[in-house]
Amino acid sequence: MSAVVSPIREPLVTGGKSYHQITEDICSPTERAPGKAWILGFMVASGLLAFGVFSILWTIYFGIGTWNLNRTIGWGWDITNFVWWVGIGHAGTLISAILLLFRQKWRTGVNRAAEAMTIFAVICAALFPGIHVGRIWVVFYFFPVPNTRGPLWVNFNSPLLWDLFAISTYFTVSLLFWYTGLVPDFATVRDRAKGFRKKIYNILSFGWTGSAKHWQRWESLSLILAGLATPLVLSVHTIVSFDFATSVIPGWHTTIFPPYFVAGAIFSGFAMVQTLMIITRKVLNLQDYITISHIESMNKVILLTGTMVGVAYLTELFIAWYSGYIYEQFAFYNRALGIYWWSYFAMMACNVLSPQVFWSKKIRRSITWTFVMSIFVNIGMWFERFVIIATTLARDYLPSSWSYYTPTWVEVGIYLGTFGIFFTFYLLFTRVAPVVAIAEIKSILKAGGDQYLEKHVEEAKKPENLEEVSH
Amino acid sequence: MSNTNNEVLFGLYNDEVELMSAVKEAKDQHLDIMDVYTPFPVHGLDPILGLSESRLHIAGFIYGMIGTTIAFGFMTWVFTRDWPIIFGGKPYFSVPSFIPITFELTVLFACIGMVVTFYTICGMGPGVNNEVLDERITDDKFCIAFATDGMGDDEIEKLKGFFQSTGADEVNSKSLN
Repeated sequence: MSAVVSPIREPLVTGGKSYHQITEDICSPTERAPGKAWILGFMVASGLLAFGVFSILWTIYFGIGTWNLNRTIGWGWDITNFVWWVGIGHAGTLISAILLLFRQKWRTGVNRAAEAMTIFAVICAALFPGIHVGRIWVVFYFFPVPNTRGPLWVNFNSPLLWDLFAISTYFTVSLLFWYTGLVPDFATVRDRAKGFRKKIYNILSFGWTGSAKHWQRWESLSLILAGLATPLVLSVHTIVSFDFATSVIPGWHTTIFPPYFVAGAIFSGFAMVQTLMIITRKVLNLQDYITISHIESMNKVILLTGTMVGVAYLTELFIAWYSGYIYEQFAFYNRALGIYWWSYFAMMACNVLSPQVFWSKKIRRSITWTFVMSIFVNIGMWFERFVIIATTLARDYLPSSWSYYTPTWVEVGIYLGTFGIFFTFYLLFTRVAPVVAIAEIKSILKAGGDQYLEKHVEEAKKPENLEEVSH
Repeated sequence: MSNTNNEVLFGLYNDEVELMSAVKEAKDQHLDIMDVYTPFPVHGLDPILGLSESRLHIAGFIYGMIGTTIAFGFMTWVFTRDWPIIFGGKPYFSVPSFIPITFELTVLFACIGMVVTFYTICGMGPGVNNEVLDERITDDKFCIAFATDGMGDDEIEKLKGFFQSTGADEVNSKSLN
């Protein structure tokens, strides 16, 4: 195969793998009994999930009054968590779609797990608007369904409705994209399995045979889905930012919101991918497929998007001052130095200052640093949403309605519950599906496998080839 | 078709480079390849096999346009004909605020339509049983298959000779139902 091999690139697959070895390494975690770490993780995750379900039922039974929202601060932890989870959900599609279009081969090591993470994060996110409406049994009012209310339709001019369409489309498209990628790999698992397992994977693999024509269509489909998912992923967080930007609240009503939200979403999404990948590669022994160089590439994205977010924060401050508009100026003064100053400080420290350590190559390639930083970034991005939502609302136009907000145990419980959902699903995913895209790894093996790269470097060093290289 | 047995003779290769040269050789000898099966998409194989480019993107475009029309048309109908309401002093037919939903539904229709089309034309779906020639094809074997129904022994021998001369690791036959 005429693979383009660059000797200066780091190998994407290490350990001198053969095709069969790749299958073996990636399929085997689904074939053996779960280890102690998995069982412990699953118990903690399902415990959190159970507590989350309890808190949600509590909310539904007693109503939104069990939350500490008030007339001034109508959005608190719920929408903060919603935006936070949606943001995390952006990395999966970014890795699988945008990096596919840019022909970034390193995506093959992490795309499968990142896409799974996207789907689970979007599920967590979609939960919040659903329960925040209070009367969840009439939640179908969200949709423009034929009805007996007039017929009164939904407001298509409302960004909240755009958001509903954006999130549902994003979830559906991510799911289809992810599953289509999984089908050939499920076939690999099917062909190794025996008995009952074979029957299950036979259903999951949709009767995949590996025919050349099917592969051709599969690649064509993946490419077009990537092409469609790329503007989609940018549109989703743009529309989420419209929830704020189209309002007339000082501090929200700004045109910088769409790009700034998208950058922040990618930033937090990559951080979550790092958190998960560092654990996954260790527990499932996938260090040869998710290498230090993968981690370094993602850290570069984190550094870039973190800096973009930092520029956006400073731009907001500058424009508030430059506008000469006192309400806007007060909103930002209040964010930085008001009652919630500590959340602004946490946001600045975690999102803008701390990622700057990634200018150092040594730190970019350090697992410990990366892990700690990924947690920092996620904390920082949570505070960013909290700063935008709660601190802005707490000090509105009328000082007589100024208020303060702290969550109740129910709100905290629902947030913890979404971690339960997320990790329960993720842990189940690592048991049933190949967490690295097997077919895609095989297709880059000759371009990115260490044994092929070494051979190439040796050939290039031969005296008869040196002349050619120097050109 | 389900009543007749389809005899298939297939050779397994260990490497995609060997496979590609074998496919080239088969084309030169004018052998009628039934299908080629690989564990991953092998680039450069389609032109040698003479596969025409997939037209899925055309289908995708049509589905997308259907989505655009439905979304934009429906919102226009609701706000100008069925139940006109003034929101924030804006006109009934306020095109800019229809754009986000129109875009989302375009993408949604294109994606769902293409994925459904893909599985339909490939004859795949939940619970479909396509017989697998060899279980190692989804692992590390690259397979060329010939349909040998009604072939004489000499023709089959010729195919076996072809497999041997092109470096096939194994040659097997199987009857598909």
